[in-house]
Amino acid sequence: MNWTAIAAIYRFEMARFFRTLAQSFFSPVLSTSLYFVVFGTAIGSRIQEVEGVSYGAFIVPGLIMLSVVMLAISNASFGIYFPKFLGTIYELLSAPVNFIEIVIGYVGAAATKALFVGLVILITSMFFVDIRIEHPVAMAAFLVLTCLSFALLGFIIGIWASNFEQMSLIPQLVVTPLIFLGGTFYSISMLPPMWQTITLFNPVVYLISGFRWSFFGTADVPIGLSLLAIAGFTAICLGVIWWIFKTGWRIRS
Amino acid sequence: MTTILSIKDLRKSYEGGFEALKGLTLDIEQGEILALLGPNGAGKTTLISTICGITSATSGNVTVGGHDIQQDFRAARRMIGLVPQEIALEPFETVANTVRFSRGLFGKPKDDARIEEILRKLSLWDKRKNAVKELSGGMKRRVLIAKALAHEPRVLFLDEPTAGVDVELRKDMWEIVAELKQQGVTIILTTHYIEEAEAIADRIGVINNGELLLVEQKATLMAQMGKKQIEVQLAEPLTSIPAALKQHDLTLTEDGGIVYTYDTHGERTGITTLLNDVAQAGLTLRDVQTRQSSLEEIFVTLVSGGKS
Ligand SMILES: Nc1ncnc2c1ncn2[C@@H]1O[C@H](COP(=O)(O)OP(=O)(O)O)[C@@H](O)[C@H]1O
Ligand SMILES: [Mg+2]
Repeated sequence: MNWTAIAAIYRFEMARFFRTLAQSFFSPVLSTSLYFVVFGTAIGSRIQEVEGVSYGAFIVPGLIMLSVVMLAISNASFGIYFPKFLGTIYELLSAPVNFIEIVIGYVGAAATKALFVGLVILITSMFFVDIRIEHPVAMAAFLVLTCLSFALLGFIIGIWASNFEQMSLIPQLVVTPLIFLGGTFYSISMLPPMWQTITLFNPVVYLISGFRWSFFGTADVPIGLSLLAIAGFTAICLGVIWWIFKTGWRIRS
Repeated sequence: MTTILSIKDLRKSYEGGFEALKGLTLDIEQGEILALLGPNGAGKTTLISTICGITSATSGNVTVGGHDIQQDFRAARRMIGLVPQEIALEPFETVANTVRFSRGLFGKPKDDARIEEILRKLSLWDKRKNAVKELSGGMKRRVLIAKALAHEPRVLFLDEPTAGVDVELRKDMWEIVAELKQQGVTIILTTHYIEEAEAIADRIGVINNGELLLVEQKATLMAQMGKKQIEVQLAEPLTSIPAALKQHDLTLTEDGGIVYTYDTHGERTGITTLLNDVAQAGLTLRDVQTRQSSLEEIFVTLVSGGKS
């Protein structure tokens, strides 16, 4: 393993983040506060509790997931799309690095940034509502795994995309609806039975359910299933990336 | 002499079937400066990209320092530095960080003294804290060179390093190339400026349509270029060289004239004796022309597909 190269890629990617640290910090603080004002206060005053948890606290895991997933995707996709767009990818391709090292560098940096924002949102939420975390280790594991797996997806999108429009296509048309319909702001059990069944085909349900379980100890789907879902998703992304580099698809003519 | 880069029957077909390299074979000696001369679209960039791993070869193989570029890509690539034809740089990063990144990417430990040395040599030291986007085009090209040198490569590819750069940078570039050669670095540069090849190369290769048409020591080429020819057209065309003129090195032209080749560097050209002998033989001159073969002429002949 060329660890020096991995560190170089990681540091270079993180530098981009540190240049705009204030922005990276304040924008999630602001948007989270807005969510609490709108959902927690306005709507939350009508919905008192969900499964024994105050509505304000109930939406926190979903909010964190929403931001973390979107950020992991956009950071990773831009991270690899930019070198393609600027032409600087020549250097990556001619360097003594293999695909695993490139992926660790880019995906690691993208996941780190998303993780940072996830923690900022969590801490901001604590100013608005009481939050208890029943399974902190599981919570951390879910958060890290989510950051990593969606950064992998973002990496694939960044390689696949040949223009800026395509970059936002999948996040906007596929991922955002799945997250909103995946129980970010409600419990699956609040839906009519038929929709409950349909919702189970949404992979994000497993993610948010598992994450919420680590906070409050209640879940829409068994926790084992949640773990299995995220592990499976990570494996699929890794497989696709392995294939991309093996064939040179969209990167090596 | 040891071969540092060996290219064997290298072929490259792009998607869509266009064959940009048609079985190219070439050995490059350690420490030499090889200029690859060829018109646009000849396949120069494709050749470099294939060696460096930016595109993949369709067939054939390449070794760098004995390391196969596929089986042993890490060892091979660690030896190579590449300055691409097009300027491609991360605009928001500083010059120093961009160059540091390149060193790390190639697996070399952090060495700020080395980075400083490179930046100073390329007159970039004062700009080290500037974002790349604040630099002029010439400065950006210097950054590309600094990046390529950051990991102390043994083989350096310069793809049209002086296309569209100012005179000062071109001179600097030639100086840097000479200095690197002193340090034993092998340099392969592509260009379509003949003067450039003449000025700095040890060996010159001519490439066109994905084929290597000629590789020759510059000295040998120059010696050929020192040759001058005199063509004598006669009132009455000859069918063979007359016995009286046999002592001269002559060839017969298609329209019955004679061509005499002589060396401009020689003490005596032998023109006077020849013309005397021509008059003695009773031949009447109709016209006399001289011509000098230049690298340009060799190049044009080769590239236009004519006989050399
Ligand atoms: N990615 C590509 N796909 C298809 N054809 C290409 C590609 N890159 C270069 N070519 C073609 O290959 C030939 C050689 O190009 P190139 O190596 O860039 O030439 P040079 O560097 O000598 O100007 C040209 O005809 C060019 O159009
Ligand atoms: Mg070119």
